Order: sequence, then structure tokens, then C-alpha cells
Amino acid sequence: MAQHGIKEHSHGAGVPIQTRNERPRSTSIEDFAEVSKLQEIWRYLPIDKLKGLTQSVIGELTEDSVEIKLAEGVTANWVETTKAKVGSAGLPEDRIAAIAWTNASKTLVIDVPKELEQSQPSFVVIKPNSDAATAAHILINVGTHAKTTIVLDHTGLGVLGENVEIVLGDESTLNFVTIQDWDKGSTHVSTQFAKLGRNSNLRHTVVSLGGDLVRVTPAVELSSPGAEINMYGVYLADSSNYFEHRPYVDHIAENCKSNVAYKGALQGVGAHTVWVGDVLIRETAVGTDSYELNRNLLLTAGARADSVPNLEIETGKIEGAGHASASGRFDDEQLFYLQARGLNETEAKKLVVRGFLSEIIQKIEIDEIEQRLIGAIELELEKVGV
Amino acid sequence: MSKLEIKNLHVSVNTDQGPKQILRGVDLTISSGETHAVMGPNGSGKSTLAYSVAGHPKYEITDGEILLDGANVLEMSVDERARAGLFLAMQYPVEVPGVSVSNFLRTAKTAISGEAPALREWVGDLKTAMKNLRMDSDFTERNVNEGFSGGEKKRHEILQLELLKPRIAILDETDSGLDVDALKIVSEGVNRAKANTDLGVLLITHYTRILRYIQPDFVHVFVAGKVAEQGGPELAERLEAEGYDRYLKASA
Repeated sequence: MAQHGIKEHSHGAGVPIQTRNERPRSTSIEDFAEVSKLQEIWRYLPIDKLKGLTQSVIGELTEDSVEIKLAEGVTANWVETTKAKVGSAGLPEDRIAAIAWTNASKTLVIDVPKELEQSQPSFVVIKPNSDAATAAHILINVGTHAKTTIVLDHTGLGVLGENVEIVLGDESTLNFVTIQDWDKGSTHVSTQFAKLGRNSNLRHTVVSLGGDLVRVTPAVELSSPGAEINMYGVYLADSSNYFEHRPYVDHIAENCKSNVAYKGALQGVGAHTVWVGDVLIRETAVGTDSYELNRNLLLTAGARADSVPNLEIETGKIEGAGHASASGRFDDEQLFYLQARGLNETEAKKLVVRGFLSEIIQKIEIDEIEQRLIGAIELELEKVGV
Repeated sequence: MSKLEIKNLHVSVNTDQGPKQILRGVDLTISSGETHAVMGPNGSGKSTLAYSVAGHPKYEITDGEILLDGANVLEMSVDERARAGLFLAMQYPVEVPGVSVSNFLRTAKTAISGEAPALREWVGDLKTAMKNLRMDSDFTERNVNEGFSGGEKKRHEILQLELLKPRIAILDETDSGLDVDALKIVSEGVNRAKANTDLGVLLITHYTRILRYIQPDFVHVFVAGKVAEQGGPELAERLEAEGYDRYLKASA
């Protein structure tokens, strides 16, 4: 069991925070200590790769570096952050998120009107094309009984501190995908919050493919009864990547369901991924059904996958709560079997990696994203033969 | 017409106690259309022979050579051997999670023949081969070897044999773990491959039971890493009656 927030400033006496619930929440930068590896939340992070994101004053993502393609009925507007209903889904729990929050004077507000059922996905593509540190704030509101798909795609070069809020109205359904497919030299710290209405359903999928440092921390608050969250993650890391994913599910209300499943493949010396999955089931969360899983496939020597599932349960009246975590090497016997059927080593690895990740890829249910992922696997594994 | 020649083969395997010699000079020649049964007690080196020919990295060839139509097999990688026409039906085929049988078979066929098979013809061939092996059509949607019963695994190996059409096949204890019905089905598959493609077969087995369904032309008895005796099908009948005791006493 990992300890949270060791020496976090609000517990000045150095008392470790014992439950996820006790982390301070604030939008003020001063409420958080400087980023340091001594704090659990930053302990794995290569801090030198954070670039300018730790400075108190940073730039802001410009409107022209965001391409928006919306399904009919869905709207997007840049609103002054002071006038937007920011904070509806959550508040920062760390300094970098607070810096991004403070520096984003405008918020991109995406509204899905109530009762709108739109099977066409909406796309928001972020391409800063700059290595200057910038802040962004995105707020997604899904109205009551609405049902749709939204893809947030990050590409090109960028150094981005980002807060994404997702608010689901009662009985609504959202398939949300966030893609981190950055060029070399990019850094991305994305803090995501979701608050789910009564009987609403969110599928939150994280796809990380490129970037020197990518940190995605999706936190989900299940504070209305009957809500369901599926959090999926798929990542492909090589020597040039550090990916950190920290999903957090906070079970507060009764009869909610959560399922977390992240899978990643790693190759090359220095490839590093971190997964810390927190699930908190509070005393009030009677009837909770929860499961979290992380699996990593290490294709070569010299790659490292850290995997830490944390489960805190404060009530015994639940349907189920489980976790699984495993990291394994590419199996020599699998390689032999496939080679004995004529596949060369690269083809064999492609087949195995696609197979390994397919369980998650299939969950995305957006054909062009699935194809892009399969293409990325092909491309990535061509590199192995070298 | 193909010929697999195994000459004076010496193989060792690395163990925690250092290298251990398993094969001590094996000579065998298998030509197209011939069926050779290799029989012997546990630990005599039968499976080592199979894996050495296929190129498993665990086994080290310390002496001797393996030639396929004169080409040096020992210089080929595992996949090159498969593409040259060698096939090993595994005793313990591994699971490949998330990869469907259908995808796996098509990928293997493409790798072996160097080009993707024409779709219509391939679907037809697959359907026929599966029907012959009494496999349900939904079998292709399952993940390779995942949750397969022993019989399903062996049928899946023989399905590959029939579809990939190798020149020489080594069957490593394909009969083990099969009930008599499954054994008959699997044997029919091997006999079909022999009839259709003039396949040369090296059939490794502990028991004589499978030889009632797949007729060997030659029988070789393996003891302590060498061929201790060889002959025609009558040798199998004698083993059936007498067992391996005679050889074990002689080698002790």
C-alpha cells in the first residue's frame, strides 16, 4: 500500500495523508508546495521534463491552436473563466493543476444539450505548435438524458498544463476519449475531473502514444446514485516516452459501478510508464461494485513499468471491490510458437501486442481512432527490429 | 520431392547444473511421402529432436547437421525454417491472448506463402479443413489456444498442418491427451495431408496406439539420446507387446 502525499504542506507536521480523501483541494497556487519528488504524487516524475509548467505564470492556449469539429447540436464557446461554471466537476489537488487553472483566463465550454442523442463523435484537436508553457481549461457539460461521443486529441509540439472538467447530467451517457499523441519535445500534464449525475454513464478512455512526459490524472466523483464509470487506458511507450496515468474513482453515493482497466506495451531502454489507480469507497457508498486492473507488456529489456493499485474501503456493504496488476515480459514461448508458423520476430510482436491491447482498443468504438491506434502499433513495432 | 537429413546430431540443453547432453548422435532421413515413427521412453530425447529441428533457442546443437534438400537448416532462424517447409505440431501449444484463430491462421498463411491468400479461396479452404476436423465454425473467433481443451489444441495444430501445407512435418506427441475419437479425427487429418501434399512425417510418440491410424513406413526406437533400433511397422508391434524394458536394461 503506497502512502499518499507524504510531507504535503497542509499537514505541516509531516503527517502522511492516510486516505485519498484528505488531499487538499484548491485553485490557488500558494496552497500547494513546490513540485518535489518527496511528494508521493510526483515521486516517479522526471521533474526536469516538466519544462515551464511549474512556473506560476505561464501563457495560455490560443483559440487558433484548437480545431473544433462538432456533431450537430453540440456547441463550443470560449468563455471567460470567471464567468464559466468552472469547478463544477472538481478542484485541483496539486500545484501544476492549480497553475494551469489560474493561468487559463478563458475556458472552452462544450455543451451537449439535454436529450440530444448524437452518435457522430465531436472532435477537439489541440495543436499548440510551440514549446512555450501554456494553460488550457475545458469544460464539458452533458445535459440530462443526452448521449454522445467526444474526442479530445492532442498532437504536434506542445507544453501544456490542462484542466478538463466533465459534468454529466442525470441519465446521460458520454463516450469520452483523450488522446496524447505528441511530437518529441512535448510535455503534457492533464488533470481531468468528472462528476456523474444520477444513473449517468461515462466511458473515459485515455490513449497515450507520444510525448516526452505525459501525465493524465482523471478523477471521477460518483456522488449521485446509480452512476457508472468505465475508465480505460491504452498506451504504447518507447525510449523517448514517460507516461503517467493516475485514475481515481471516488465512490460516495449508493449503487454506483466503476471499472478501471489500463493496458500498456513498452519497449526500449528508458521507456517508463507509471500507473497508480486509486479507488475510494466511502461509508455512504453502499452497494458499490468496483474493479481496477492494470497490465503491462514489456517487449524489451531496459523498459520499466510501475503499477500501483490502491483500494480503500470504508464500508462492508458492497457488491464487490477488486484489483489486479501485472507486468510481464514478452513470452519467449509465444515468440517461438509464432515464428514456427513463419512469422518473423517483428510480425510476431505486432500480433502479440495487438492481441494484448485489443481488449481495450475494442472498447473505444470509434472506428477511425481504433484504426489510428492499430497503425501506431504497427509503426512502433517496426522500430523493434532495429 | 523433399528430403530432411539429420546427421550425427548432438544437442545439449542448459540447466541450473550446467549444460546437459540430451542427443548423442542421431541419424535420420525423412523423404516426402514417408512416415517415420520415433518411439521411446520418457527422457530419451524425442521432444528435444523435434524442438532442435524447429530451432527452439533453448537447445544448443553441439555437433552434427540438419539439411533440408541440401540447405543448412541450422543456419536458419525459426521462421526461416517454417518458410522453408518445416512444421512442428507442438505438444503444448501456447496461448496468444486477444488474437483470434482466424487472424492467426491468415497471418501464418501469409507469412509462409509470402503473400496474402485470395480471400474467397482461403475462406473455402478454412471451412473445409475445419469441417473435416469436426470443428465448429465459431472456433475461428476464439483466441488462439485460450481455454482450448487438450483435444481442441491438437486439432488446431493439425488444422494448421493442413492449411500451411509444409513439406516435412514433425508431430510431437500429438496423440497425448486424446481420447480415441479425437485421435481418429486427428489421424485422419494427418493422412489427408499426406495424401494431398505428399507430406513427409516424423511422428513422435510414446505409445503405439496412434500407429493403428497413421501407418508408419519406418520405426525408430530412441533410447538415451540415440536410435537404439530401427525397422518397419513390425517393430512397433513388438514394442506394443514387450515395452521399452529390453532397451532400458541394455543401456543401463
